[in-house]
Formats: sequence, structure tokens, C-alpha cells
Amino acid sequence: MGAGRKALPGLVQELVYTVDHKKLGMMYLGSGLVFFMLAGIMAVAIRVQLAVPNNHFLNPSAFNQFFTMHGTTMVFLVGMPLILGLANYLVPIMIGTRDMAFPRLNAFGFWIFLFSGFLLYFSYLGGSGVYGIGSAPDVGWFAYSPLTAKAFSKGHSTDYWTLSLLAGGIGSIATAINLIATIFCLRCRGMTLNRMPLFVWLNAVVAFLIILAMPPLSACQIMLCLDRYLGAKFFDTQAGGSAILWQHFFWIFGHPEVYILILPAFAIISEVIPVFSRKPIFGYPIMVMASVMIAFISLGVWAHHMFTVGMSSVSNTFFSASTFVIAVPTGIKIFNWIGTMYGGKLRMELPLLFSIAFLFQFLIAGLTGVMLATTPFDWQLNDSYFVVAHFHYVLVGGLLFSIFAAFYYWYPKMIGRMLDGAMGRWHFWLFLVGFHLTFFPQHIMGILGMPRRIYSYPADRGWEIGNLLSSIGVIFQATGILIFLINLLYSYYRGRRAGDDPWDAWTLEWATTSPPAEYNFEKLPEVHSARPLWDLKHPDEPDWKHN
Amino acid sequence: MSDDGPGGASSPATEWKLPSVRKVAMISLITAESALFCIFLVAYAFYIGKSLNPPSPKEILEWPILASIALLSSSGTIVFAEKALYGGRLARFHCWWLVTILLGMTFLGYTAREWYEFIHHRHFTLATNVFGSTFYSLIGLHVSHVIAGLVLLLLVFAMSLVGKVRAEHHEHVEMVSWYWHFVDIVWVVVFVVVYVIGR
Ligand code: HEM
Ligand SMILES: [Cu+2]
Repeated sequence: MGAGRKALPGLVQELVYTVDHKKLGMMYLGSGLVFFMLAGIMAVAIRVQLAVPNNHFLNPSAFNQFFTMHGTTMVFLVGMPLILGLANYLVPIMIGTRDMAFPRLNAFGFWIFLFSGFLLYFSYLGGSGVYGIGSAPDVGWFAYSPLTAKAFSKGHSTDYWTLSLLAGGIGSIATAINLIATIFCLRCRGMTLNRMPLFVWLNAVVAFLIILAMPPLSACQIMLCLDRYLGAKFFDTQAGGSAILWQHFFWIFGHPEVYILILPAFAIISEVIPVFSRKPIFGYPIMVMASVMIAFISLGVWAHHMFTVGMSSVSNTFFSASTFVIAVPTGIKIFNWIGTMYGGKLRMELPLLFSIAFLFQFLIAGLTGVMLATTPFDWQLNDSYFVVAHFHYVLVGGLLFSIFAAFYYWYPKMIGRMLDGAMGRWHFWLFLVGFHLTFFPQHIMGILGMPRRIYSYPADRGWEIGNLLSSIGVIFQATGILIFLINLLYSYYRGRRAGDDPWDAWTLEWATTSPPAEYNFEKLPEVHSARPLWDLKHPDEPDWKHN
Repeated sequence: MSDDGPGGASSPATEWKLPSVRKVAMISLITAESALFCIFLVAYAFYIGKSLNPPSPKEILEWPILASIALLSSSGTIVFAEKALYGGRLARFHCWWLVTILLGMTFLGYTAREWYEFIHHRHFTLATNVFGSTFYSLIGLHVSHVIAGLVLLLLVFAMSLVGKVRAEHHEHVEMVSWYWHFVDIVWVVVFVVVYVIGR
């Protein structure tokens, strides 16, 4: 960190004033991790409550608040800042430029994100309208109407939720516009579109998805506010409004949001796998096309979350089929990652370990996804624990594992020191075992009929063993995370010095110092191929001669 | 190395040109705003004829002909203003720019009158029925964009009066004009959905 090992007041001042994309990126990552711990603690509380039948660890309303805050926090205050933080830090360096297109807009994006987080958590203080006796939102992260109507959601907790998401949406739209402008207008000499690292490509696609999908979320929130405060009737079924319309609008945002979170995971994996297999990525143009296709199709599948509301069978068939179609480009990507590793000289460093785990887990997530997209299957398992298992395989097995890969891969660049390998391996194995122990049994509990979002359950349903295993898994995961966090701190002071290019990598961020200087590059680079550092290291066999 | 080095876009002979940051950002902003409008438009269209109590659109909506003419012609006058600025004829630029602002304000005035009439005399509000909810939110969203556009126009006007806008700022002014065109095009769609299909 440029801010270095400084006295606290000076550091705080520097961070508040900064418009440097690298510092903002690190601030995103840091705040994302803090929110990750908060949401993690809530997940542990939920799992403790569900560990045994007829438990009274939490009361029902605290339970509702916890799963709502856990889900909302993980999606908006952990997933989004972690991916935007990585993009912020890496994209300008990878395309060989000095900063984002609009540095001040960038700072605005970060601060409004942080504000939205505070607003959400402020509900614990101000939720019921009387300070001190707060209540957090308890309507689930998708806040189905009419739960959010004034009659059912008293006090202000739902309003904090609404305003927080509105603010967060504005921040991420601002950042996405900034990313698009940066990627398309600030590339260094020779960085044509077909030489851009896949990481940059995928973040461009994500930014497009953000500007298409976040505004619908903002629109929903505005309508909900109007309903709650000015007596509008959008979602008021008593007055001709429609509760289903909320679901449509929410999922028009909600489904692409899942891809906003998972495409950056693809982006990370697409950088890590080639470098640690010592082979260029297999099928670069196809990877780009598949990503664009995934993003495009993801805009037209939202109602697969709504098979059980009783749409017409034509709609059901359409949304089922369009969801199946997404499996094709996704399959192509998995095939290409494996193709990249095939015959490569694999170096089993931590980034690659997390990436390989990602491949398996994301494959399972994809398969259960296709199962859920089959309408009659979904009729059976909608809102059961099977769904919880599915989306945690996506979000934890996919997104979180790739974020860990990113931390191990780029921490040396950001901090100038390596993360400790032994601790890293403990983290990896504990988290891997814990993850599967927690979420795999949930598939089975779901098939056995356990609904999601239940506060407790009787002992005669055959769900006890699964739930107990699931809760035990959380202990493993939490230990793994703890080791990871200790590693981040420990290596900051004691880690082995990294040097500029510890992984012998190929993209431009490794061409500058670790951590990079204020202006990234003294002299802006010029590239001749997709692997500029390969060309430098192998002048006799440069990439550009071959393509 | 015997061959003539890395070719393509990076060879010194060809120059390295990238699109303008401002244009790309403005296009992205307009895309995001369009997505926002889409949802409100769909809500409006979805609720046509679903109100359980009066009034219905037929009973109270009147064609905003003059307002629409004013707003649409302002898209023309702003182009004239831009042309004038590009050619360095500042006086002309001022004239056309002012005309654009006045036309925008005419539109705003019409909406103010319409809403005053509805709310004050007809007691038709956001809370009356689903038609009211969708009507005020959609028109309100558009009007708020007209206001934002007018603020931009006024800013440019004020800055040009003190001599801060010259021919070399053509691109900044062009961006304001793109935004204004966008507000206009949205009005066409809103007009069709609210006043043509919805009646
Ligand atoms: C790392 C360990 C994690 C554990 C142990 C965990 C556990 C849980 C549990 C027990 C629930 C409640 C299920 C229910 O009864 O409905 C839940 C819900 C949820 N989780 Fe997680 N979770 C974890 C990580 C994540 C991550 C990383 C994300 C997203 C990035 C995430 C997103 C969600 C969402 C969206 C919900 C749904 C909340 C709702 O129903 O409104 N979780 N999680
Ligand atoms: Cu979906």
C-alpha cells in the first residue's frame, strides 16, 4: 500500500482524500472483508440455531433479521465491493494506464457504497423509529411484497433496507460507467481489444451488466418508497396493484446480479489458470464470446425464480429453455479452462488450488442450476434447502473461492509481500472441507422437504443429521477464514518480499513495482501481444510473431 | 530479428486512436437511464385499465400538444446552437441556446399546470389508484430529467456569458446536447405509452 506503515491519523486523512484507483481498490477490499465478517457471524448464528431440532438459541424475529441481513450484506456489501475493488485496482494497471477515466467519480462510488453499508446497519439502531430499540430488516434479501407493505413491516427497518440499496445502486452504476470509459478509452499503445487480458474483458462485460441491471433495482426501490410513504399502489393488491410485479422487477435485476457476481470470478480464474499452467489461455476469442453471450442471455431468464407463482406454461417453458441455453457458453468456458490446464506444467500454488476447487464446485452449482431450471423439478424444490445449497455453491464455491485465489495471486502485487503458504494451505483445506460439509447435505435436506427460512423444525423429519453436519461445517469454515485473516495481517509485516513478478506472469500489472508507484508506470508501456511480459522475457520467441 | 517487428495497430506508422472518454461515458449513462425508464414504462403499461376506482386516463388526460412541440423543437434548436459554437459564432450560439432553454421551460410550465389542475381541482394524486401511481412516477421521472437537463443548459449558458465556453469546448457542449436529445426521445416514448396507448 502506498500509504505504507504510517501513523493512523495521517493514514486516515490520506485515505479520505485519495482519488487513486489503487487506494480506492484496497479500501473496497478492506471494507468488503469487514462486512464479510459481520455477515459471517450472522451465518454462524443461523447455523447454530438450526443445528438441532426445537432449538431456542435465537428468537424467531431475530432469526428473520439475521438471514435477511446476512443475504443482503453478502450480495451488496461483500460481493459487490470485493469485485469492484479488484477491478478498480487491477484494470487500469492491466491496460497500462495511470488511473481510471474519472478518478473523483471513482472516489464518489466508493464512499457512497460505504454510506449504503452504514445505512443498512444503522437500522439496528433506528429501525423501529425509536433510537435504541432498533430492528433490522426482516423481509429477506428479495423483500417480496406484501411483506414490505406498511401493514406488515412496521417501523423503518424496510426503509433503511430500501434506501441503502438505492444508494448502493447509484454507487455501482457510477463505478461501472467509469470502468467502461476506462477500458474503452484509456488503453496503452498497442492494447487492442483482442490483446486485452480476459480479466479486463470480463470486467467490461460486468460493467455493462451493471448499467443494465442495477437501474431496475433502483426503480423497484423508488416504487417501494412511494408505496410506503406516499400511498402509491404499485404493490398493493387491495387497490389493484400486483405483488407479482415486484417479483418480476426484482428478478429482472436479481438474476443478472448473480452474473455480475460470478463473471468476475471467471475473470480471476482466467488469469490464474494460464499463469500456473504455463500455457496461454485456450480459445481466447471463444472465451470472450462466451462471456458476452452469458451476459446477454442472463438478461432474459429472470422468471426462473418464479415458476411457482403460477405463470402460463408458455412463460414457464420460455424461461426454462432460456436458462438451459446459458449452460452452453458456461460449459464452453469450463472446457476451455480445463483445456488450458491440459498438458500444462501445473504449479500447485494456492491461487491454482483455489481455482481448481472453483472448477469442481462451480460445475456442481451449474448442474443443480439446470435441475432447478426444469419447471416440474422446481415446483418440488422451490424455497427448499436445495435452493440454498445451489446458490451457496455458486456464491461461496464459485465467487468466494475465486476471490481467495485473487487474494493469494495479487496480494504480493498490492502489498509487496507474499502471503504465507503454510497458513494458506490450512485455510484452503479447512475451508474446502467446511464448505462441502456445510452445503452438500443441504441438497439432501431440501429433497427431504426442509423449507428454507424456517426458524426451527421438529425432530421427526429426518433432517437432524444433515443440519448437524451442516452446522459443524461452519466451524471448519470459520477457522479457515480466521487463519486467512491472520495471514493477511501477519504477511503484511512478516511476509517474504515479493519482488515485481513473483509468479513469472504475463500481464502488465507485473511489469511495474510491487506495490506499484503512485502513477503505476513511469513510462506508459506499449504492447504487441496478449502476453506483453512473455515478449519481454523471451525476445527470441515473442507471441506477436505467432498471431 | 529479421522481420519488421510487431505489426498491427501498434507499429509506429499507424497512430493509436481511442474513443473519447466523455462520449463513451455519456453513452453508458444514457444506457443506464434507459433501463430505469423501461421499468417505469412497463409498470405503466402493465397497469393500464387495472385501476379499481376512477379516474381513468380517458377522463382526465389531455393531449400535451404544445408542450410536446416545444420539447421536440428544442432538440432542433440545440443542434443549431452546437453548429454555431463549432463555427466559433458565439452570439448565434447564445441565441439558440437561450431559445432551447425557453422551450424547455415551456414544457416544464405545461406539466406544472397539468399537475396543479389534477391535484388541486380534480383531487387526483399518486395515492388515488394504480393509474395515479404509475402516471405520477413515470411523468415525474421524466420531468426530473428535464429539470436536470435545464440545470445543465443554464450552467453552460452562465459559463458562456462570462466567456468560459468557446469553440474548443465543443465536445463538452455536445455532451449536454446528447443528454437533451435523450430526454426528448424518452418523451416521445412516454407520450406514446401514456397519451396514445393509455387512453
Ligand atoms: C461462508 C459461509 C456461509 C454460510 C455458512 C452461509 C449460511 C447461510 C444460511 C444458513 C442461510 C439461511 C438459509 C435460509 O434459512 O434461508 C443463508 C442465506 C443466504 N446466503 Fe449465505 N452463507 C455463507 C456465505 C454466503 C455468501 C458468500 C453469500 C453471497 C455472496 C451468501 C448469500 C446468501 C443469500 C443471498 C441468502 C438468502 C437470504 C434470504 O433468504 O433472504 N451466503 N446463508
Ligand atoms: Cu436466476
